Amino acid sequence: MKWKTSVLAIPLAAAFAVAGLGAPQAQEPKRGGVLKFVVPDEPPSFDGHRETTFALIHPIAPFYSVLIRPDPQDPDNPAKFQCDICTEMPTATDGGKTFTFKIRQGLKFHDGTPLTSADVLATFQRIIFPKEGISSARQAQLSMVESVTAPDADTIVFKLKHPSGAFIPALAAPFHFIYSKAKLDADPRWYEQNVMGSGPFVFDVREAGARITGKRYDNYHHKGQPYLDGFEAIFAKTQTLRVQAIRGDQAAAEFRGLPPKSRDDLVAALGKDITVQESDWNCLLITSPNHERKPFDDARVRRALTLAVDRWGGAEALSKIAIVKTVGGIVFPNHPLAATKDELQKMAGYWPDIKKSRAEARRLLKEAGQENLKFTLANRAVDQPYTIVGTWLIDQWKQIGVEVTQKAEATGPFYAQLRSGNFDVALDFNCQSVVNPLSDTSKFLGTKAGDQYGRYTNPKIEAIHDKMNQTADVAEQRKLMREFERIVLDEEAHNSISLWWYRIIPHRSYMKGWKVSSSHYINNQLDVVWIDK
Amino acid sequence: MATETVSPGTIVEDIPRKPTLLGTIGSFCRGNPLGAFGGFIVVTMCVMAIFAPLLTSYDPTANDFGAMLAAPDWEHWLGTDQFGRDLLSRIIYGARTALLVGFVSSFIGCFLGLILGVTSAYFGGRFDLLFQRVMDVFMAFPLIILALAVVAIFGTGVTNVIIAITIPVIPRAARIVRASALAIREMPYVDAARANGFSNSRIIFRHMMPNVMAPFLIILTAQVGQAILIEASLSYLGLGVQEPVPAWGLMLRGGAQEYAESAPWVAIFPGLAITLAVFGFNLFGDSLRDWLDPKMKT
Amino acid sequence: MGHGRQAVALDQTNITGIWTTMLRYVIKRLLLMIPTLFGAAVLIFLLMRTIPGDICYLRLAAGGGSVVQDVLNNCRRELGLDEPMLMQFWAFIKGLVTFDFGKSMWTNRPIVDEIALRFQLSLQVAIMATLTAILIAIPLGTLAAVKQNTWVDYFVRTFTIAGIAMPSFWLGILIILAILVTSKAWFGVPWMPPIRYVPIWQDPWYNLSMLIWPALATGYRYSAVATRMTRSALLEVLREDYVRTARAKGLYEKLVINRHALRNALLPVVTVVGIEFAFLMGGLVVTEQVFNLNGLGKLFVESVLNHDYAMTQFLVMMVVAIFAFTNFVVDICYAWLDPRIRYTR
Repeated sequence: MKWKTSVLAIPLAAAFAVAGLGAPQAQEPKRGGVLKFVVPDEPPSFDGHRETTFALIHPIAPFYSVLIRPDPQDPDNPAKFQCDICTEMPTATDGGKTFTFKIRQGLKFHDGTPLTSADVLATFQRIIFPKEGISSARQAQLSMVESVTAPDADTIVFKLKHPSGAFIPALAAPFHFIYSKAKLDADPRWYEQNVMGSGPFVFDVREAGARITGKRYDNYHHKGQPYLDGFEAIFAKTQTLRVQAIRGDQAAAEFRGLPPKSRDDLVAALGKDITVQESDWNCLLITSPNHERKPFDDARVRRALTLAVDRWGGAEALSKIAIVKTVGGIVFPNHPLAATKDELQKMAGYWPDIKKSRAEARRLLKEAGQENLKFTLANRAVDQPYTIVGTWLIDQWKQIGVEVTQKAEATGPFYAQLRSGNFDVALDFNCQSVVNPLSDTSKFLGTKAGDQYGRYTNPKIEAIHDKMNQTADVAEQRKLMREFERIVLDEEAHNSISLWWYRIIPHRSYMKGWKVSSSHYINNQLDVVWIDK
Repeated sequence: MATETVSPGTIVEDIPRKPTLLGTIGSFCRGNPLGAFGGFIVVTMCVMAIFAPLLTSYDPTANDFGAMLAAPDWEHWLGTDQFGRDLLSRIIYGARTALLVGFVSSFIGCFLGLILGVTSAYFGGRFDLLFQRVMDVFMAFPLIILALAVVAIFGTGVTNVIIAITIPVIPRAARIVRASALAIREMPYVDAARANGFSNSRIIFRHMMPNVMAPFLIILTAQVGQAILIEASLSYLGLGVQEPVPAWGLMLRGGAQEYAESAPWVAIFPGLAITLAVFGFNLFGDSLRDWLDPKMKT
Repeated sequence: MGHGRQAVALDQTNITGIWTTMLRYVIKRLLLMIPTLFGAAVLIFLLMRTIPGDICYLRLAAGGGSVVQDVLNNCRRELGLDEPMLMQFWAFIKGLVTFDFGKSMWTNRPIVDEIALRFQLSLQVAIMATLTAILIAIPLGTLAAVKQNTWVDYFVRTFTIAGIAMPSFWLGILIILAILVTSKAWFGVPWMPPIRYVPIWQDPWYNLSMLIWPALATGYRYSAVATRMTRSALLEVLREDYVRTARAKGLYEKLVINRHALRNALLPVVTVVGIEFAFLMGGLVVTEQVFNLNGLGKLFVESVLNHDYAMTQFLVMMVVAIFAFTNFVVDICYAWLDPRIRYTR
């Protein structure tokens, strides 16, 4: 189905490479120092195969090697995956169905045992074909894999059921830590409580709820790396304190993303001691009306709700107070497949004239007999950016006479509500790691998507999406994407998009070698990070 | 506890005269200048809440991105928050939320506590023993966790916050009322009523309840301030009242801390409002307790 | 405290009688703790399971994306959530009785390990806050009693009631703000208390520079009730005739002479402090959030929100047990001092 996506990757790579060229030539990295950084949450376990949270990546990823990864110096480039423990990125054989990786020689785990293809095999067996009693969170993303084999000590072969452009990005997920076969054989769940990898750092200390630390691994396979002597990940739930920690130099950075005001405060207080890296963030908030509940079964009502929202005006204001910024459609902004501003402005909710848009919204509501519409917006009780955007949306809807109350819940009850369909309109989100619009947009497919809570099915958009994934012609893909987007956001207004997130990383200027990317999941092994003091 | 701002003589004098309402208030104020001050704050809050729309011309929920985080000036006396909403009007309307939650939850909670406490004391015996054990459980249970769990179960929002705060009030009120009611149960007039064959409910409601009004009022006033604080805490944790409803605790959440340094008014004024309101209720309740404490009359 | 003001008298006629009745009372009182603990166990067990949502979905899908049903079922089986409620409850009670508290459902590590560090921190803050409260309450309460109904008295009451009226998180925000602003004004660079806990024996200075602030904030807050108690207790002593007549000779001298009365009078103060200490051990939910303290309160909130049944149940039982035990000790003290309690209850 998706095999032709790899063809698309080439023009994409060109587009991104141009952006990458502008970067100044890096200084010669220095050895030494311990990097301290703050992490908003503590991971539930150490097992990357099992967990899904960035809170696991930030403190744990530095302990492990992976098979392939995005280029740390150019992390957003979807065509520039590089080998971590393999020797060379393979070319697909067998009509795009077989990938053969050569594993580096002489790799060693932190306990001194050798790392061979048997360990890689055991790792991916566990991820793709988990045994009874093992939880694998990304099993579905690699469902195109038919078999994994290790014909000899330094070769690993993936055979796919059908060619798929989604395979390599899925394989490069930062969670696919290489585990030791011996440890897995002794206890398949050993890695939940313990750390033993072959990454740039060796596990040192865990203090429950407080911190995780690592020491330099001297036998790391990337020569001369890591540059740091160690790192300390400090858990700090309260955002203000994380900011103050950077300010008081108790931490050099926070790798998730801080609000604009915190950036401004830090820059104002510390001047050149702070470096700010920013990027559009491959996350967006989606307004999801419950199609099974009246009056949201009526497309006119759904359209009115999106028409009421002044995205262009809101972008300017909200980007000052929340981690959102760019107005966009369903595709990551500025991506070749994304709608241009002109194309956006033709869709409901993106019209340049907000007065006209709101007049139309009122007309639609009147036509649908819903002039006094009142409803509840289900949201997550997380400030940035959920409740801020929610509060803003409520004010936008108020301006077409719709009265909305917000019901922000802790994440557990929030999802319980979404799954049971017990809500009017929900503020859901879509957060992906490597930018890959063809697969990222599957969220909008409706009930078929599995993680779409709007309770709709639409064969028309399913057909378009299939077709989009089967053509190699980028222009054709683009055209189909526009059609898909128009139906989802405008004609049927199944979902509506507020603003794309914006990732702001203000860090101490002495932290070098780290590059911001469009995802807080990727590029955090820290092997290339160094301290300039 | 027995305290002493009123000399016992004052009350003894008052009783035979069947004091008028004004007279009572007067004597309370003379003996309790602090209590009177607390009462004044409480009354001011109530006035603010009732006449909110007359006191401010700003809509407390209207966003104004032209005036984000504006410092206090003639236009916005207390400045604006990150959505450009007028802080003064949010604080004034916030009084509605605070008092609504405070009064409703304490009143319902104390009233249920009153009924339960008196009933338990009246029947005594096994019923009382069982009831006491149930109350023990609730008393020992961490209050904020109980509230947190209830909000997680029923969901957030004003009504559910009221429920969450009401539940822990009940045992606290019941316990205090029961202690007073135990003494009253032995009074001759209760025995007389029983001998006359009055129904249990009649004795409870007609004879016993009116006589435990003093402890009831004391715990009621004490709980209002407490309830306002819990509401603020829950909202601060993001699990209470929800945006854009104006509520003090909510105003201190997130934004207030984020902007505390560059826009301190966002963090200072709502906190002052909470403190002042709770202060008023506590001061008033405290003095009321001194004044009504039956021990003082002996 | 239902019996905070029981008249205190010592029956000294029959020492052995006291011991037997006391022993009987202690046993009776101990037995009464069982239904409280059991009731709390039932309550928290049911409450947690009534909260909509489940730990597995939260863990596997809350970061975004969909999750396969098999994986969900598997996770539930691992945690024993697929067993009948009664079996789960039985396991919980059995664990409590045998002191085998099991594992946190969220981290799958032994609960005892998970809370060790946090307990240390919470205990230290509780002790420091209690000390702060006593240091505020005793002198201020005494002062207020001695200067009853003067502006000093009014000031003390206003000051302490203001403490209890201030939301702790707000006070926390103000303290952090004040530290940042003053340190910047004085030293040129903003200083901020450490955000990571180090036990006091490892680095006392580092430890104290972190914990002193929440302890001050909480101690001030909790001094209100203790101050009030001190004031009333002392006033009662002062009202005794012999004290009143002796006032001219100097108050403190008389207080010292009349040790017995003072000790009894201060019992309510000790009660209040004791019970508040019990609350502090599990109740600093909001303050810990503000100061980023990795204590029991923060763990409490996280466990409830994570649907970590095992951890929440354990924490609740711990707090309830501490509370019940404190109450038990207080009651025993009262019973010792007031024989009537031993016979009537």
